[in-house]
Amino acid sequence: MTIDATERALIAATQQGLPLTPAPYAEVARQLGLSEDEVIARLATLQARGIIRRIALAPNHYALGMTANGMSVWDVADAQASELGAKVGRLDFVSHCYLRPRALPDWPYNLFAMIHGQTRAEVEEKRLQIAGLLGEACRAHDILYSTRILKKTGLRLASAGD
Amino acid sequence: MRRTPLGAHELDATDRAILNALQVSFPLSPRPFAGAGAALGLSEGELITRIGSLKEKGAITRFGPFFDAAAMGGAFCLCAMAVPADRFEEVTALVNAHREVAHNYERAHRLNMWFVLACEKPEGIEAVARSIEQETGLRVLLFPKLQEFFIGFRVDA
Repeated sequence: MTIDATERALIAATQQGLPLTPAPYAEVARQLGLSEDEVIARLATLQARGIIRRIALAPNHYALGMTANGMSVWDVADAQASELGAKVGRLDFVSHCYLRPRALPDWPYNLFAMIHGQTRAEVEEKRLQIAGLLGEACRAHDILYSTRILKKTGLRLASAGD
Repeated sequence: MRRTPLGAHELDATDRAILNALQVSFPLSPRPFAGAGAALGLSEGELITRIGSLKEKGAITRFGPFFDAAAMGGAFCLCAMAVPADRFEEVTALVNAHREVAHNYERAHRLNMWFVLACEKPEGIEAVARSIEQETGLRVLLFPKLQEFFIGFRVDA
């Protein structure tokens, strides 16, 4: 998947967020020397291609009381992993869900699902819900709670030559 | 980013309705606040003011397009290390010194350090991981994403 120079400029101009003005796409267009129509059309194309997942507001789940989270990890039979991963991802308390390679013998788990809740007990209760959903296809599971943030920087589009 | 809960009085029912509705989608049209506001019973100006104030309170982390970072051309990989307790601070400094380390968490497990590498090209991941191994003398396990699932995550405001 490739992006052209105009799309790159559009991503750079909007990755910090949309301006809070009545016509935000016109404002982005003005900054980039494009027409409003072109900005809207190009954003729609990026969305259709999956480069933009959605245009939306992200609530700060910590501010809303969802302060507990855990990285749940599951050893799921390979043959059913895709189908079961899709079910786990659709749960409204799972914010990320991926299949990843195992690292045997250290690490038997191939399905990762980040669980959020108001309390640790709620996260554990949701973990049991996932265990129930996976049933016998799950051979082992664990959950890793974060104890400290050691570094956090936003993912940014690298500028050319960076 | 704010990591503590807001007090119950800091958000009213309108704020909560905005958070619930706009986390799903925001219009891609010339006057999107007018359209989204109408569905919430708010004027264009009221919705803009409310979103601005929610941002100031730390109730919103982002407002705008959400990009698939990998689709934009970057390479990303989750990595983990088992770091001896008495070397934890030293190893943290060595790992975090790499600008490709986007975030890094301590987790309660034998594999107690989990970080994401963000590189421009896929071959960068392996190179950074190997240099962290040389600097620390510890193994770096790589957990690249094989498949990502559609996410139904919703925060009930």
